Amino acid sequence: MLRRTLNRWLGRDERRVDSRSICVGHRSSSNNEAFIPPKFCDNRIVSSKYTVWNFLPKNLFEQFRRIANFYFLIIFLVQVIVDTPTSPVTSGLPLFFVITVTAIKQGYEDWLRHKADNEVNKYPVTVLEQGRRVRKESEKIKVGDVLEVDEDETFPCDLILLQSSRDDDTCFVTTASLDGESNHKTHYTVPDTEKDLESLNATIECEQPQPDLYKFVGRMHIYKADQEPAVRSLGPENLLLKGSTLKNTQTICGVAIYTGMETKMALNYQGKSQKRSAVEKSINAFLLVYLCILVSKALVCTTLKYVWQNKPGQDEPWYNEKTQREKDTNLYLKMFTDFLSFMVLFNFIIPVSMYVTVEMQKFLGSFFITWDKDFFDPEIKEGALVNTSDLNEELGQVEYVFTDKTGTLTQNNMEFIECCIDGFQYKYQDAGTDLDGFCVTDGPANKVQHKAGREKEELFLRALCLCHTVQVKESPEQGQGQRDGLMDQVDGLGVDGKGLHPPPQEQRGFIASSPDEVALVKGAMRYGFTFLGFESKTMKILTRDNDVERYELLHVLNFDPVRRRMSVIVRSKSGDTLLFCKGADSSIFPRVRQEEVERIRMNVERNATEGYRTLCVAYKYLNAEEYAQADAGLREARLALQDREEKLMAVYNQVETGMSLIGATAVEDRLQEEAAETMEALQGAGMKVWVLTGDKMETAKSTCYACRLFQRNTELLELTVRTLEDGGRRREERLHELLVEYHKKAVQDAPPVKAGVTRAWSSANHDYGFIIDGATLSMVLNSSSESNSSRYKNLFLQICQNCTSVLCCRMAPLQKAQIVKMVKNSKGSPITLSIGDGANDVSMILEAHVGIGIKGKEGRQAVRNSDYAIPKLKHLKKLLLAHGHLYYVRIAHLVQYFFYKNLCFILPQFLYQFFCGYSQQPLYDAAYLTMYNICFTSMPILAYSLLEQHICMEVLLDNATLYRGIAKNGMLRWGPFFYWTLLGVFHGLLFFFGVRYLFGNPALQDNGQVFGNWSYGTIVFTVLVFTVTLKLALDTRHWTWINHFVIWGSLAFYVFFSFFWGGIIWPFLKQQRLYFVFANMLSSVSAWLVIILLILLSLLPEILLVVFRKPRGPHAGQLSQEGLLQTARLHLSHHLPIST
Amino acid sequence: MVKDEKEIANRPDNTAFTQQRLPAWQPMLSAGIVIPGFVLIGLAFIGIGVALFVTSRSITVLEIDYTGIEKDSACFKCSNADVKNCVCNLVFSIDSLFEGPVFFYYGLSNYFQNYRKYAASRDDEQLSGDLDAFTAPSDRCSPYDYNSNDKPIVPCGAIANSMFNDTFVLYRVVNGANKLVPLDGKGIAWWTDYNVKFRNPSVTPLKNAFNNTVKPIFWPNPAYQLDTSDPANNGFINQDFLVWMRRAALPDFRKLYRRITDGEYAKGLPAGNYSLTIAYNYPVQSFDGRKKVVFSNVSWMGGKNEFLGIAYLVVGSLCVLMSIVMLIVYAKFKFPEED
Repeated sequence: MLRRTLNRWLGRDERRVDSRSICVGHRSSSNNEAFIPPKFCDNRIVSSKYTVWNFLPKNLFEQFRRIANFYFLIIFLVQVIVDTPTSPVTSGLPLFFVITVTAIKQGYEDWLRHKADNEVNKYPVTVLEQGRRVRKESEKIKVGDVLEVDEDETFPCDLILLQSSRDDDTCFVTTASLDGESNHKTHYTVPDTEKDLESLNATIECEQPQPDLYKFVGRMHIYKADQEPAVRSLGPENLLLKGSTLKNTQTICGVAIYTGMETKMALNYQGKSQKRSAVEKSINAFLLVYLCILVSKALVCTTLKYVWQNKPGQDEPWYNEKTQREKDTNLYLKMFTDFLSFMVLFNFIIPVSMYVTVEMQKFLGSFFITWDKDFFDPEIKEGALVNTSDLNEELGQVEYVFTDKTGTLTQNNMEFIECCIDGFQYKYQDAGTDLDGFCVTDGPANKVQHKAGREKEELFLRALCLCHTVQVKESPEQGQGQRDGLMDQVDGLGVDGKGLHPPPQEQRGFIASSPDEVALVKGAMRYGFTFLGFESKTMKILTRDNDVERYELLHVLNFDPVRRRMSVIVRSKSGDTLLFCKGADSSIFPRVRQEEVERIRMNVERNATEGYRTLCVAYKYLNAEEYAQADAGLREARLALQDREEKLMAVYNQVETGMSLIGATAVEDRLQEEAAETMEALQGAGMKVWVLTGDKMETAKSTCYACRLFQRNTELLELTVRTLEDGGRRREERLHELLVEYHKKAVQDAPPVKAGVTRAWSSANHDYGFIIDGATLSMVLNSSSESNSSRYKNLFLQICQNCTSVLCCRMAPLQKAQIVKMVKNSKGSPITLSIGDGANDVSMILEAHVGIGIKGKEGRQAVRNSDYAIPKLKHLKKLLLAHGHLYYVRIAHLVQYFFYKNLCFILPQFLYQFFCGYSQQPLYDAAYLTMYNICFTSMPILAYSLLEQHICMEVLLDNATLYRGIAKNGMLRWGPFFYWTLLGVFHGLLFFFGVRYLFGNPALQDNGQVFGNWSYGTIVFTVLVFTVTLKLALDTRHWTWINHFVIWGSLAFYVFFSFFWGGIIWPFLKQQRLYFVFANMLSSVSAWLVIILLILLSLLPEILLVVFRKPRGPHAGQLSQEGLLQTARLHLSHHLPIST
Repeated sequence: MVKDEKEIANRPDNTAFTQQRLPAWQPMLSAGIVIPGFVLIGLAFIGIGVALFVTSRSITVLEIDYTGIEKDSACFKCSNADVKNCVCNLVFSIDSLFEGPVFFYYGLSNYFQNYRKYAASRDDEQLSGDLDAFTAPSDRCSPYDYNSNDKPIVPCGAIANSMFNDTFVLYRVVNGANKLVPLDGKGIAWWTDYNVKFRNPSVTPLKNAFNNTVKPIFWPNPAYQLDTSDPANNGFINQDFLVWMRRAALPDFRKLYRRITDGEYAKGLPAGNYSLTIAYNYPVQSFDGRKKVVFSNVSWMGGKNEFLGIAYLVVGSLCVLMSIVMLIVYAKFKFPEED
């Protein structure tokens, strides 16, 4: 007994690693009496981060983990502890403001999450307990509970389907809220379970929770009295995921296996890596520079202070004796506190409010993307979606665009174009002349029908009708069907069907996860073979002769991107067992008898060059023995708990051999709207477009030509399996040779490229396009020898970087990410953008700096993992050229301006130290120190950074080249940063010394009275506020009423505040320093004059620069109406009939 | 129905704001605006500059250092710190009428009234007449808050303690006889300081308010004896005190001492010889300081200040020069805006 328990413990300890055991309905089986129910988490979904109790400490902790906030906290603490020149309020208040605003925002978001959590957690569910149905709250569900779910309800946790109200033991599910796929998916009950759940005694063994939505392996042991326990395999088809909805099925019963945070849905919401934009990196670099400036300022002041104090009489003049405590303090401690005091005095140079402003700018700015009505697509009735606002400006910095082909460049709206049976081409024509839909377009005349023999034709069409996973959309009642038809993704039969065969049902649609399959089934229907649907495990088809044929579906060998084919094994009425297989030519040809290949290969290649998607169809008869063997192998592999995938793959490969090729199909995938224009614009903007596709080279190449990625004069450099095999030598050698040759051509012989001008424009003659396929790529990346590998990679990269477009075909999803990563990490670390619509693009979307999802037809996985999602490819142009450009300019200006305005804010304070005995006397009043960044100068820059359009959107869209002006982080490089810093220094010096010379005689009033030090500070501060605001006004090219309001409003507010602040004896202030200082200042004509003089003098160089710079370089960012007019005039002078 | 609702819910608002199409003014700093603008601004600045310069030139300033460091200085005998109650006579002459009203300043140099500890060393509550603060001065006044017997000092703090205490009497020498020039001590401090910010405690007589307090260590007399002749100029609202309490911005500064506005001197100081009797009390040698007296008249722009006029002239000329340069550049390169 003890040993058994011990064993179980040990056993379970082992098992805990990779699997879990669950008792269905908590009924422990008889031979399991010592079973201790393992502890699983409850079914509460907790997406919220905080509770009422831990909100404050936890949120504060998280906020102070940010380096900037921590810095300000330290400054604040220094101010509290050490006797510093400014009161703790000056840095405490802004910090408090920042922390509070952030806390409120995060608290609100968390409250929303709490609300959403509660809604889910309190949702009533039905649990079957000892035969009774008990209503419970969703959060009370435990692993092992048997639940009942009704139609249109969502599943409260991950369930294994035990029982369905449908006869065929299936249920339908949509996973729209999980991955956006709105088609109905079929799930199956565990085969041969008891109908009576009451008496079901079973345990389930399954893997530990993992986030992959499409993977699940498990095993169910069913214990029956006096019988050996039966074992059933469980797969994803038995698993109902939390978050998906039951459809077309009245009720189901299922047992909970993963609950709460362990459900696949919850696991999927975790851990999306944070992308950081290049601008953020620039900010951090600048911050470091300013930190150095700050520290060196403090060091200089501290040193000079002690040098100065060494002179006799300076340290402690009789009028300013030290306290006893000061005298007693250790010299080095004094030095240290002095250093800290200087740090505190100058700490405003690092702007506390910049982070808030940047974040607000990003958050609010991203709304303009969602609001843009140009991104609204009337077809799907959705606009753009912003998943992260952190990368807005990155959209203006893209250098490499990686695009998927299917669904991105093309519409993924498949249409059956033609097929080829046994080497004969069949092209469908709409004309009603030929009832069968077959007619000849080329080849020898008048083999009108049955070119390939009726036998072959029908076999081919049957294969099309059987070899798929398409479902017929059911429409039990017409009305309901109508509604569903509109809501879901359905390809109605509509017009094309009617002319040929009256469809058996008025309303019918096919549902499939891949539109290719629907196109094929519909194609078959045109030729007279209609797929009628499933009847439990039987497929029904309507033949040309209006007979209904039934086939028993034995096995589906699912499609996967590695095998690139799928098969079905069916048994016909006559008892023949057939395997139908369809897939990419490359994966079919090696598996069929070679003599058949040639005739069809020609057709396939011709179709591919025309840009069609081709599939080959093959079949084979399985005799009883073969079938038995295959059946056993498949069943065994399906039951495996470990390495099920690999085992299945092996069996699949084994079964799918020795087939005979029947024919091929060609399906057209039309280009997206304005795909070519968009690509052209992107190239014009200096971006390199790489097409990464899983498709065949020929198909992809023709798409590239259609998209004008390759032009007629583009010289194509091909590095594919075909070119490698040309020489008849070892592939490795040939690869080396080709790489060197191409490198010579594209890199070495190319004329040196001027910076900023890429070759698409400068040298149209030397336009190169590069083509590589997956197999070759993996050879390049994983070459046998280490040294070669990096060398090849380098060569490859250099070639690619010198080509206008690169086409990578036959890519596996992971290879796509590999390429993105390689380019991302190459020299100069260019900014990459990936755009795609399907699950196979997710890896590259996640890998690239910016990931864009297209709200296409292949589900919503790409959209979910993207940073931005747009409905159509054509929207990319505006997203990058207009929005991205503007965002970048805005935020770059924001960052530079912030550093600038704080530099010229604090520089006079630093200079003042030289005139006040290095005593840390602040130049400005505490109120000004505090309010400068929060109130006086924050709003104009925020408004600017949200509304500025230095070039209007239309011009940006029309002149893609403008995008290059800001490439490579152009506005945030050290040059511009240096310029702004210089400007800040210039202004700071001007402010301070201008007023300094004015104060050579402090009798500035006409009544002979003199001004003191606060007047001095106030004059400097007034000049400062006006200058930095007007500097921004000077930079503003787009004055909306909001800009006017905040700029003039800020200045008015400053004046008003100064009057107010100086107009009252404030009871809470210890010192009434500013009492009437401002008003007195304004009563002095000299003060007015010096303020006007200094403002104008500060802005003078700026104005000159604007005027002088404009007519020169084309990148001055000044191309506006004049520029356009000029080009128009230019055209006119060439006698071109162009009117503007 | 369903479709419409969904469409409406998702369709972005078509407003000018959301579409970033707010009507906007797009100013262009083209040469056509900038060049005339520069010329105008330049001319205006030159005009102002000339006015300032001429005005500044017309202001007469008479500055006399009386620190007494140099041996030939009249106050040399007083420069020794050991000499108490020293009085020295400064004789000077004015060649032509010193136009009035004449303002009489004293000036100190290398004196850091803007030293941080010094600047903070005052108690504004005391100075606004708050009797509670009389008995318990703010600790910012330290070490000038209590004397050695732990009696509170009123007014406390380094600023008050170090109040300038040289006094001056001006005589006009007429035929060898000294004729007193009346000096007006009113209106030398800010109106708001005198009337609002600084208040004596409302105790009569004022002396009683200062019971149990001591005068600042450096002061010869307590605050209620600053001007015994005029109760409106006594205590905390003594204008000399107010002037001193408004700390200077820079270590070389001057402060208004008296105005010469009375009677025959309202038009100014006539040419002739003058004698200034100085009660030399304020020590500055220990920190290399200098003391001086300044006579000056003022204009609409205040005291004499050449800097402002010159700066305006320079900036104005710069503007004009720039506009000429721009004109040349533009003419040479024929920019499209100019056609």
